[in-house]
Amino acid sequence: MTDGDGTAAEDRDTGLESNVGQRFDRLPATAAERTVEGRASRREVLEYFEDRFGIPPETFDDYSFWEKGAGKIWIYAGEASSPVEIEAIGMTCLRTRQEHWKPTTDFVQRFGRHASECVIELDPEAARRFVAGEDQELEWDGDWGYLIAAHEIAGDLEPIGVGLYVHGELRSMVPKGRQREL
Amino acid sequence: MEPLERYRPIVDEFEAFLAACDRPLGNAVRVNTIKASVERATAALEEDGVAFEQAAWNPRVLRLETDSPGSTWSSVHGFTHGQEEVSAVPPVVLDPEPGERVWDCCAAPGGKATQIASLMDDRGTVVANDNNLGRISALRFNAERLGATSLAVTNADARNYSLKPFPFDAFDRTLVDAPCSCEGTIRKNPDALDNWSEGHLHSVAGIQKGILRRAIQTTREGGTVVYSTCTFAPEENEAVVQHAIENEPCRVVDFDLDLEYAPGLREWNDETFDPTLERAARIYPHHNDTGGFFVAKLEVTAE
Ligand SMILES: C[S@@+](CC[C@H](N)C(=O)[O-])C[C@H]1O[C@@H](n2cnc3c(N)ncnc32)[C@H](O)[C@@H]1O
Repeated sequence: MTDGDGTAAEDRDTGLESNVGQRFDRLPATAAERTVEGRASRREVLEYFEDRFGIPPETFDDYSFWEKGAGKIWIYAGEASSPVEIEAIGMTCLRTRQEHWKPTTDFVQRFGRHASECVIELDPEAARRFVAGEDQELEWDGDWGYLIAAHEIAGDLEPIGVGLYVHGELRSMVPKGRQREL
Repeated sequence: MEPLERYRPIVDEFEAFLAACDRPLGNAVRVNTIKASVERATAALEEDGVAFEQAAWNPRVLRLETDSPGSTWSSVHGFTHGQEEVSAVPPVVLDPEPGERVWDCCAAPGGKATQIASLMDDRGTVVANDNNLGRISALRFNAERLGATSLAVTNADARNYSLKPFPFDAFDRTLVDAPCSCEGTIRKNPDALDNWSEGHLHSVAGIQKGILRRAIQTTREGGTVVYSTCTFAPEENEAVVQHAIENEPCRVVDFDLDLEYAPGLREWNDETFDPTLERAARIYPHHNDTGGFFVAKLEVTAE
């Protein structure tokens, strides 16, 4: 999988501004309020998390969403002016502007416990392989695409990260820096 | 260890102090309550087969009996974060509350900034700043791993910091965990004193004064500023705070801390300090079997 950066320059004829790379812009509430071509709206982001993972939209009532670069969405609980040029605002949560939106490992670990759908539970051996970054053949009856991989720890299900499920195989999307041999 | 000789007159049980400085330090972690309660994190550690002991002064600090604290499920999930025990003190003294605006002006690699976010239940605004871009990538990595959504990261010199990116003009609290000569980290970095010189102490003290000054200026009246270093040198500790109370509207205040420590100094060489400096804490390695630290708590007053 690539993180396909759509370039905003193609949007020249739409009358909308193009996306500026090194700053954060707060997402518009809805598509109707959008001023930058291709930018997701807050409503679309909430709908995605609800439709794909069953995460209730109220989960995010106290958070704002921001875009930096083309399609990288950040979730933030604090205050900031928009637009803002700083190094980071909260955490990256989602990659948009590609056919299949993709949540980040860190987001899934932070908010994945609110999910009720597209959560694949791994046994201890599969969990160990997943966090080591390995791809593995696994049974799964649900939708293909990005799943939340979770395992039981201390008596409760805990999300580990994002996996891509296709053709009977779960591919670990855990970034190199977060992989571990346990 | 030779530079430490100059502290013989001010450190009680100086031989015990030297002996402690010579012993390596064990592994400690802090429970990241953004992702797991202390109960859940300790249960996960037990499943990981890692033995630990809870610090008496702070149940969120665990001393581990393992050499590889990073290869556990509790670390993968960000339930725990490797952090020296005594380095968890300044955020506790800062005592931030959920919803507040807090500035950590020398924040990388982020152990204390994420601890501040955790103490605030990840509600409010924690501005984590550092002037070193290379160290900021470690700060960002830690913040995301620990799930700190209330944290914004900036890259600027704290001495002339601008609040322009934010829709407010003062912080409620500020932590100045200053760059310093790091004498107190000798147990972790045995070469910490290799480049020690008195000249270095004085030049870094100049930077510390500039940072603390800006911290007081950007904190609202009635707000709190905590000044901390991991060094013993009075030039970088009491003298810096003394300079602040003489030049900025602030006073040194008391705080509770359930650890053994010595009070701040009233004098050093030819210099005398305000009596309120005794309200600061000098934590020596032999006190609680930790690294060394200095912490002072200031209240910003009317001009
Ligand atoms: C003691 S370390 C901070 C440790 C950090 N608080 C933690 O708990 O992880 C001091 C930091 O101050 C930064 N620093 C040095 N001079 C600075 C300045 N003028 N403005 C902002 N940061 C500075 C250094 O890059 C270093 O990361």
